[in-house]
Amino acid sequence: MPVLKRTPLYDLHKRLGAKFGPFAGYEMPLFYPAGILKEHQHTRRAAGLFDISHMVHVVVSGPKASTLIERLCPYPASDQISDHARYTFFLNESAGIVDDLIVTRLAADRYRIVCNAGCAEKDVAHIRRNAEQYDCIVEVIDCAFLALQGPAAEGLLTAVGRDYSALNFMNAIEPGNGWFASRSGYTGEDGFEIALPARDAVALAEQILGDPAALMIGLGARDSLRLEAGLPLYGQDLDEETDPRESGLLWAIPKSHRQGGGFIGAEALAKRLAAPQHLKRIGLKPAQPVRAGAMLFDRSGREIGKVTSGGFGPTVGHPVAMARIDARAEPPFFAEVRGRRVAAELASLPFVPRSYKRS
Amino acid sequence: MTTTWYTQDHEWIRVENGVATIGITNHAQEQLGDLVFVELPEVGRAVGKGEAAAVVESVKAASDVYTPVSGEIVAVNSEVTGDPALVNREAETGGWLMQVRLSDPSETAGLMDEAAYKAFAG
Repeated sequence: MPVLKRTPLYDLHKRLGAKFGPFAGYEMPLFYPAGILKEHQHTRRAAGLFDISHMVHVVVSGPKASTLIERLCPYPASDQISDHARYTFFLNESAGIVDDLIVTRLAADRYRIVCNAGCAEKDVAHIRRNAEQYDCIVEVIDCAFLALQGPAAEGLLTAVGRDYSALNFMNAIEPGNGWFASRSGYTGEDGFEIALPARDAVALAEQILGDPAALMIGLGARDSLRLEAGLPLYGQDLDEETDPRESGLLWAIPKSHRQGGGFIGAEALAKRLAAPQHLKRIGLKPAQPVRAGAMLFDRSGREIGKVTSGGFGPTVGHPVAMARIDARAEPPFFAEVRGRRVAAELASLPFVPRSYKRS
Repeated sequence: MTTTWYTQDHEWIRVENGVATIGITNHAQEQLGDLVFVELPEVGRAVGKGEAAAVVESVKAASDVYTPVSGEIVAVNSEVTGDPALVNREAETGGWLMQVRLSDPSETAGLMDEAAYKAFAG
């Protein structure tokens, strides 16, 4: 069995008493002595610090960089304002989602792409394959990546000498020395994601953790936070068989790109959007926790889909789940758990309201 | 004072007057993390040694709890249904899960004592 990789903060996690588990080829902290429930609550009330160094950063540059991005992603990258970050996708030729990601324009001819750790190899190969015809340089950045999320994040960063208060949601900055910061995240709270050289990461983390408002958060609470925020997880809620409309993410593709375009999958997407929608992503409030893969049924006992993500929402105080079901299915719904049918109420997403800083 | 015995699946069991009280060990609750849901068996159900009789769910996953002995479920701890965190706080005392009237008292013979379990669980 291949050895798991470790992020630059591994020793810090160990010192903090992390319980580790494998994720995307890395040995990652799942939770610390505080536990998932406390870590989750702390993030929504104060500031949670996450090590997300397993994610992949790719910078593409060249005079035709915007054309490359427009080939890879379904949005007009040449119109993207510098220092603006955008949530988008790589689609395949059938308009299925290869990965969901964030693309930030750094300059007229430079873009930074942040990909999911689980799609690292696939995404980098996809970028490289397409970069050739646009004479772009593709650089996989060796960096650590930290997220600080929660209402206390901005003040806390300013207090440690990193004032990013001028940034609005989905704005970014390159402060120098190989650092990159964006006002973005995966929790539904205000917060920042900071990429920096590995050698600076432990120092920044320790500075932040020196503030009582900050707590180190593991992947367990990262998952419960994003689930409560209604945010999909690639590999569970999204995959190559699902298109953006079925995933409830069509909002991320401008109308101009829904009837064709130069991006991979444009034709297939236009065809799918012109036809009736077969599947949809919904939120569920089950009577007890349901897990990814659980089958769902309607009142008549007909199988209508399955749970794609499931768990417990510490902030809302009840089990939460997301599912992919027949677009025509109507509630009430029932999930199969250990041989029994459990009621699963339809719930709107997100389960908790978003707290992004808009201008 | 009744002896507590332990299984390799991290359950504990105490037997008194032919009735066994069963729960998960402190080591198990530490590994599982915060529990958010507990599914207990129906009183009156017949169970066999090694059968999955209860389920404890953390935020991330569900884990089966196996009964180390055969018999009949005579009581379950309804307190943990409303307060799953009780199992985390008092895994080997107040957070007990179920009670089984033994059909075969000799089944407790192969279980570990506290010292053996501590060595096993590390």
